[in-house]
Amino acid sequence: MSGEPIRTDIVIVGAGPVGLFAVFEAGLLGLQCHLVDNLDRPGGQCAELYPDKPIYDIPAIPVCTGQELVDRLLQQIRPFEPTFHLRQMAEKLEWLEEERLWRLTTSAGTVFESPVVVIAAGAGCFVPRRLPVPEAERFEGRSLFYAVRRRADFAGRRILIAGGGDSALDWLLTLEPEAAEIALVHRRNEFRAAPDSVEKMRRLVEAGRVKLIIGQITGLEGEDGELRAVRIRTKEGEIEHPCERLLAFYGLKMELGPIAEWGLELHENRIVVDTEAFETNRPGIFAIGDICWYPGKLKLILSGFHEGALMAQKAFRYCRPDEKLVFRYTTSSTELHKRLGVA
Amino acid sequence: MSIKVYVTDREGVLHELEAEPGWTLMEVIREAGLPIEAACGGCCACATCHVYVDLEWFAKLPEPSEDENAMLDEAFEVRETSRLACQIRLGPSLSGIRVTLAPEF
Repeated sequence: MSGEPIRTDIVIVGAGPVGLFAVFEAGLLGLQCHLVDNLDRPGGQCAELYPDKPIYDIPAIPVCTGQELVDRLLQQIRPFEPTFHLRQMAEKLEWLEEERLWRLTTSAGTVFESPVVVIAAGAGCFVPRRLPVPEAERFEGRSLFYAVRRRADFAGRRILIAGGGDSALDWLLTLEPEAAEIALVHRRNEFRAAPDSVEKMRRLVEAGRVKLIIGQITGLEGEDGELRAVRIRTKEGEIEHPCERLLAFYGLKMELGPIAEWGLELHENRIVVDTEAFETNRPGIFAIGDICWYPGKLKLILSGFHEGALMAQKAFRYCRPDEKLVFRYTTSSTELHKRLGVA
Repeated sequence: MSIKVYVTDREGVLHELEAEPGWTLMEVIREAGLPIEAACGGCCACATCHVYVDLEWFAKLPEPSEDENAMLDEAFEVRETSRLACQIRLGPSLSGIRVTLAPEF
């Protein structure tokens, strides 16, 4: 169900800090960018893993949090009007010989055609951590889920939710009224979800509407993908909790994912690039930030910014082969001032 | 003075490692090339440097912070002696510490 392809100059895979700043460097050269990210908001690891943790090594910013850095970058790139395509993973990459363009297709069916693709995917895409018991695979997508795609899968069922964060408690509270029975299993009797949700959960436990189990899941019981019970190790020993649906929230992990199939030269799960333009072995495909590798590479945000600036110079030659690129500073160039919207 | 660290990997092989004071346990394990993912780089934002600390050494460690506990919630096979290696800063008093890498997931 792919729509009309979106034609643009650069498609950036990954909307973390390095992907965002690449929009700026490309924008100064008059190049238009679209960004694809599997998360539901821009910022990558900065926003997802450490929004509140301080960062001290961004030049000229003595200290800022992960989220502040993302917010500042979003503000900085606003004049270039990048388009975000969130909650979708870049899946397929093909070279169109006739058009001399790359065609990139996402998991949501969005199709892009562009002379340049920039991979700024950090450690890969964030995917939910799976329940690490061998039999999990038999139940996944049928009675074991890591996200709620269809509420109807859960209505009228005996549900067990695993986890102690916001996702676990939010879904517990949402599904409680429509579940036949609902229980929460967590490693300890403390929850890092929002205090308000924890309070609501505690009240439901007191009212006997939610069963709280302190322990860890050790195995699953059932046939043909249908859960019958979940084995849980508690302080009092192993118990079998009868249920039909398990919704497990063990956080997110990062995987290289489909990018590994794009025919790019890899070095220990990272993409090999040259240090002149941060281009891969496939012309027009660049890799910047934590995901690229070259001798001496450091996984620093500031290195990713530099890589984006050099990438943009060469990307310009693919996007505007007939134009001459003149190197200009933002301090003095009226042309750049116009692009920045300050002229 | 270097600090000795004994790490049992997931195959049960024991490794004797040396650390400089001030390193974290995660850093020693990572620098030695042992398989520890440490996805977040040591800022206590994931649980991929999960280790089990031998009981006698576990008792000598400062209590885990709320942040560390919250991240351990996302780990699997968490035991009484579970810790995140990035949160254990090594000094002479911890020379000889013994840990086992927790299962990857």
